[in-house]
Formats: sequence, structure tokens, C-alpha cells
Amino acid sequence: MDFNFSEEQTMIRDSLARLLRDQYDFETRRKVAESDTGWRPEMWQQFAELGLLGAAFSEDDGGLGGNAIDSMIIMEEFGKALVVEPYVPTVVCAGGFLKHAGTAAQKEEHLTAIIGGESVFAFAYAEPRGRYDLHDLETTARKDGGGYVLNGHKAVVIGAPWASHLIVTARTSGERRDRDGISVFIVEKGADGITTRDYPTVDGRRASEVYFENVSVPADAMIGEEGKALPLIERVVDEATAAVCAEATGAMGVAQTMTVEYSRQRKQFGVAIGKFQVLQHRMVDMFMEHEQSISMTYMATLKLDEDDVARKKAVSGAKVRIGQGGRFVGQEAVQIHGGMGMTDELAIGHYFKRLTMIDSEFGNVDYHMRRYTALSGEGQKVAAE
Amino acid sequence: MNLEFTPEEVEFRKEVRAFIEENYPKHLRGVGAREDLSRDDMLAWHQILGEKGWSVPSWPEEYGGTGWTPTQKYIWSEENARMDTIMPLPFGVSMVGPVIYTFGSEEMKAKHLPGIREGKVWWCQGYSEPGAGSDLASLKTTAVRDGDHYVINGQKTWTTLAQHADWGFFLCRTDPNASKPQEGISFILADMNTPGIEVKPIKTIDGGHEVNETWLTDVRVPVENLVGEENKGWTYAKFLLAHERSGIAGVARSKRGVERLREIASTELLEGRPLIQDDEFLRKIGQLEIDLTALEFTELRTLAGEAQGKGPGPESSILKVKGTEIQQRLTELTLEAVGHYGHPYFRGFPEDGSNEFPIGPEYAHQAAPNYFNMRKTSIYGGSNEIQRNIITKMILGL
Ligand SMILES: Cc1cc2nc3c(=O)[nH]c(=O)nc-3n(C[C@H](O)[C@H](O)[C@H](O)COP(=O)(O)OP(=O)(O)OC[C@H]3O[C@@H](n4cnc5c(N)ncnc54)[C@H](O)[C@@H]3O)c2cc1C
Repeated sequence: MDFNFSEEQTMIRDSLARLLRDQYDFETRRKVAESDTGWRPEMWQQFAELGLLGAAFSEDDGGLGGNAIDSMIIMEEFGKALVVEPYVPTVVCAGGFLKHAGTAAQKEEHLTAIIGGESVFAFAYAEPRGRYDLHDLETTARKDGGGYVLNGHKAVVIGAPWASHLIVTARTSGERRDRDGISVFIVEKGADGITTRDYPTVDGRRASEVYFENVSVPADAMIGEEGKALPLIERVVDEATAAVCAEATGAMGVAQTMTVEYSRQRKQFGVAIGKFQVLQHRMVDMFMEHEQSISMTYMATLKLDEDDVARKKAVSGAKVRIGQGGRFVGQEAVQIHGGMGMTDELAIGHYFKRLTMIDSEFGNVDYHMRRYTALSGEGQKVAAE
Repeated sequence: MNLEFTPEEVEFRKEVRAFIEENYPKHLRGVGAREDLSRDDMLAWHQILGEKGWSVPSWPEEYGGTGWTPTQKYIWSEENARMDTIMPLPFGVSMVGPVIYTFGSEEMKAKHLPGIREGKVWWCQGYSEPGAGSDLASLKTTAVRDGDHYVINGQKTWTTLAQHADWGFFLCRTDPNASKPQEGISFILADMNTPGIEVKPIKTIDGGHEVNETWLTDVRVPVENLVGEENKGWTYAKFLLAHERSGIAGVARSKRGVERLREIASTELLEGRPLIQDDEFLRKIGQLEIDLTALEFTELRTLAGEAQGKGPGPESSILKVKGTEIQQRLTELTLEAVGHYGHPYFRGFPEDGSNEFPIGPEYAHQAAPNYFNMRKTSIYGGSNEIQRNIITKMILGL
């Protein structure tokens, strides 16, 4: 057992932390989030130059030979600075699909462009009626000659306004909630028949509603096997969930330290409010939530390559704990800041908002609790037999 | 002890309901209270009620109160919640109004009470300062007597909706040498158009403009604007805080909120079935309703006590704490119910006027901002920590 980071990993963390400190302070982040585009393509290029976009890929795939631990480190730092750029959709999701199931030609075309920072992806999986179920799909991909024709509506596709490409989950056969019959496609966002409605999100990012109307894609746009992609999707989404847990952990840590710091500065009744025991214990609880989030993020990240059941349980366990912890830390951070916590001006409220919204990314506490208990039940059945 | 409504009360409910249905402005139906409405829209219902004589039910009848029993007031707030009416703002009706009729001079009553009652004059509350929040008595804004005027200098903050205000009531230090900080404070009214008053917006985390900084520089107000006696302002402020708290439970609104949550959960799907059929979610709604019932009956007990002459005491802290916890939980569950469509930021939507590609269901648009915004309720009106301190001290005697 070893919880130490390698030299390379420590270097990634340090150089990223430095970059963010120098160029991603809160005021800059605010300006960017409120700008027309909502992100900084030049920052993305710097991420590419630092090697962040290739850190988690093997050398065979053109990366630096790292793995999900690198993504975890990067996302934790991103969480600390409330980075809006689309690392999860591009590197973890699109990169994950390509890494696990891409053909040599697909990797050649897309992975290289992802690692180099040329292609930016959004992951179009959620639908208006599907909530968090990855297999609840009404978007269809109909076979047509040598290729497929896509029709449907994807909801709240994070990062889509910035994307050059989309990863789209669609039904090639079966009924709306069947687990079979699901396929994954790479689609150029500019393809004929795609309409988007772009908008900001409440936590300072951008997203789109994406509509597909008879969008033709060639056969080699498909990643993985036709109709059998659900296990692949689940795996990639688990990896993305672990990455988002790391982000939440980073954000929680900052929210917690900012709150302690504020409680030292802010005086009421002649003393620093940090002297009030009721607040002290609350901040201790925030601290414990943060520590446990670190633990759960490590645990889930280290189990991403285990068998499906172990992986799912690990990720769901982490997302439950972190959803609950993030809510607690965010709410208390605002509360202890008093009126200042309610202002747009202070960073603390933005950490609260990001922590709030992370709960509903890739399944909220209830969703993951349900998945976790269902899997535990299965484990017991096997043991009893 | 019984829970029945008398035939008169049933009749009263009918009358009230019919009045609201007939008179509530058509264009405000289904809109609900929102701080980004225009001043006219926010005052519309208040003014209609003013004409009817129903805008200040709790005031003594001589000043325009209705003389309703606690049960009637309860029915009144339920019926308003049912229609999501935009009720009169508290600053005039529940805060400064009662202070003026209790402690103000006859001239002051004649000058200010009608405007408050009729919804013609908009009031704001200038208590808090950057350095004086929970510890309000440490406030630094000064009012110095100069002939027939007080000259006010200082900074107030978090002044709710001061951008629309015609008048403000301010706590100012008039005796810097008083032996206790509470003793040198006065309660002074100021016309917001007086030179030297500057109101600057503070944007909140939900993106709204609800609070402001209010800067006061050499603001000259006539001495007649002093309420009651000089240096007795703290007593009046405490009186007011007790009033503020008793309205803060928000039971009827929360009940309506639970209904709305049920509606949303009937539309939203979980695993292909209505969310409302999910045991887990149903349990959460159930818990909320049970907590709300406990609050409701606690409030009814308090109101009944008040009707028998017991003033709202430290028990009203229970209503503040529990009422706000429920309001917060309600918005939390609503956000949970809407799933992915909690993310879009409605205020930031491109205004292309087209609804060809709607962004999620209408009810989801404010879910996240409402949740963010309601965090304020455990901070303002005496934070929930301060309320617990009050109970600790005044009731538990610790
Ligand atoms: C949306 C909004 C609207 C408002 N509207 C108005 C208005 O119209 N007019 C007006 O005058 N004011 C208004 N306020 C101000 C409000 O009353 C203050 O925010 C409140 O009194 C808390 O003060 P503070 O923000 O300075 O927090 P602080 O007093 O600095 O408190 C920070 C934290 O410390 C805790 N704390 C403080 N003292 C103690 C203690 N002794 N024991 C334990 N914990 C403690 C608090 O509970 C809080 O969690 C508004 C505030 C908000 C957020």
C-alpha cells in the first residue's frame, strides 16, 4: 500500500498549481466566466503545453504514460481554482472512450488532437426525460447505407458551446430504457442537422441543448461495438465521476480553509467569530468532510480498473459521501461568512455553487446510493448461495 | 382545545378567497414574489389591499388593522399563499409601522402610517453595517444634533431593496459616551432622497439585486424624524426584531411550496416513472411535511398565546430557526427534483425571444437560484446561531 505520489505526479501538481495561481485567480475567473465566450482557449493551449491533456494517456496512445491518478491530481487543482475549461468532457470522457475502445485510426485522428489541445469535446449523454440513467435514451441512430442517421435531443451538454466535437450516446435498437441497443458516436459539432441553444450555467460554465435532426455520420464514427456500448459508457462515466469527486475535494478544501481564515478575521462582540465554539465545531466538521472526501476520491480512483461491481461500488460510495460532504461544506461556508457569504463578490459563494451543482453531475446522492445498495445486495446474494 | 373552524371562519375563508380571486392582478398570477419585479408590480397587491382595508391586519384597529383573530390571520395567509400573491413587504408593514404607532409622535403617525398602509411609500431597514451584523449594538453610524437637524454619517449595508425605497429607518449612535453600547443609539427616519444618501447595489450569489450598501454622508434630517426618545433606539429595535421574527416562519408559503414540489415530482421522472412514486423521494417530502406540521402547530400555539396578551417572546426564535430550515430544505429538494435542468442560468439566457428550443421545464428555471438565495434566511433577521443563543440565554437560562 502506498499513498505517495510519484515524482512526475508531484511535478504536474506543482506546475499546474503555479499556473493557476499566476493566471487563474478568482477575479480573472469571474471575468472569463462573464465574457462572451466563457472560457479561455489560450488557457487550454497552456494546459496542453504543460502536458496536462496527455498526462493520463499511455505512451502508446501518445500520452505521457500516466493514468487516472494524474486526472485526479489535475481535477483537484482545478477544483481549488474553480476552473471552467472542459477537462472532464474532453480528456476523461472523450479520451476515455477512445482509450478503451477506439480503433487505431480513431485514436490517431482524435486522441492526438485532444492531447495537443486542438480538439475540444463535449459529452452529449443526458436527455430531458432520462435523469441520471445512462441507458434511458430516446436519441436514435438509424442505420443508413454505410453510416448512421442521428435524431434526438440532448440536455444540458456541459462545455458544448466550446466543443469542436461531441460524443453522443444513442439507441441503435431497442426500447427507450433497454440496456441493450446503445451505441456511441463521435460527431463533429458543425455537422449538418445539429442545432444548439447555448447558455451559461449557474456555476459559471457554459452548456447547450443539442438537437439532432437527421444528422448523418459515417460508420467509423462509432466507438466500440454497435448496440453493446452500455458497459463502456458506464466505465467512462465512472472515471468522469471520480474526476468530478477530485474536483469537489479541491473545492471543499478551499471553502473550508477560506472559512477558517474568515472566522479569524471577522470580529463580532469584540472577538473573532472563530472563537465561538459552535462555529469551531462546525468548521471541524467541514475539515473532517474534506479529509474524508480526499480518502474517498483516492479509494475510487484506485479502484477504477477493478471489475465492474467493485468499480461501481467504489465510485458510487465516493459520490455519495462527496455529495453529502460538498453540500455540508458549501452550506456552512456561506453560513459562517454571514451576509458576505451571500455576495457574488466573494469567492466563497462560487465554491458553494460549484459544490452544489457537482451533486447532480453524473448522478446525485440518491442515484449513487441506489446503485450502491443494489450492488451490495447482489454481493450478499452471491455470498449466501 | 379543538381544531375545527367555526362556521364564521369557514365563511371568512370563502370571502377572502373570492376577494383574492377577483382582485389579484391578472398579470401577476403565477409569477410569485421575485426581487427583479418592477416597483409597481411589487406594490400592486399591497395597494389593492390598502383600498380594501386589509393591508395591515395585525395593526391596532385605530390605525387600520382588521381586528382579525389569529385564526382569521392564519386563513388569510393560507389563502394568499394559495394564489402565490406578492404580499406587502415587511419593512413598512411589519417593522417600522409598529414602531411608529407604538413609540412615535402623533404627527409622525399621521405623516407615515397612511403611506405604509396604502402601499404608497416604500421603506427600507438601515440597521446592519459592515462591522455590525450579529453584534448590531456595535454600530458606528453617527447622528449629531445640529440645531433642528441630525447630521448622519456612516455606512449601512445589506439594505434590502433600498433601490426602490422612498424612506428608510436607521439606527444611529447619538451618544458615543454611553456606558453600554446599546444605550447611545437612536431610531431615526430619513427620506431616501435627502442629499448625501447613496445606494449602491450588492449582487448576490443567485445573481439578483436584492441588497445594497447605503452610504450616508452629512445627511441632514429634521429632528422630528427621531422616533420616541433619543438614545432609546435599541429598545425600539428589539421590539421590532420580535415582530420581524414572528412573521418569518412562513408556514403558509412553505405549504404551498410543498404542493409545488409534489407537482414537480409528478412530472419529473426517475427510472422512467414519476419521481413522486419513488419511496426515497416520497419519504423526503413526508419528512418535510411532518416538520412543517410541527412548525405550524408551534406557530398556532404562539399566536394563541399572543392573542391572550403574551407578547412574542424568545419562543419566536423557534419559529425563525425551524421556519427557515424548512424553507431552505424545500428549495434544496426542488433543486434535487429538477435534475440536470437545475444547471441552466435563467438570468443569463440569450434573449433571442424565441421559444423554439426551450431550455428545460419552466419550473426548473429558478430552482438553483432560489436554493442559493434562501441561504440568506438562516443569516438575516438574527442568524440562526444568534437565535439559538437567545434560547440558550433567555429560556434555558444558561
Ligand atoms: C439577503 C439579506 C438581506 C438583508 N437585509 C437587511 C436589511 O434590509 N437591513 C438590515 O439592516 N440588515 C439586513 N441584512 C443583514 C443581516 O441582518 C446580517 O447579515 C445579519 O445580522 C448577520 O450579520 P453579518 O452578515 O455581519 O454576519 P456576522 O455577524 O459576521 O456573522 C457571521 C457568522 O458568525 C455567526 N455568529 C456571530 N455571532 C455569533 C455568536 N455570538 N455565537 C455564534 N455564532 C455567531 C453568525 O451566525 C454567522 O454564521 C440582510 C442580510 C442578508 C443576507
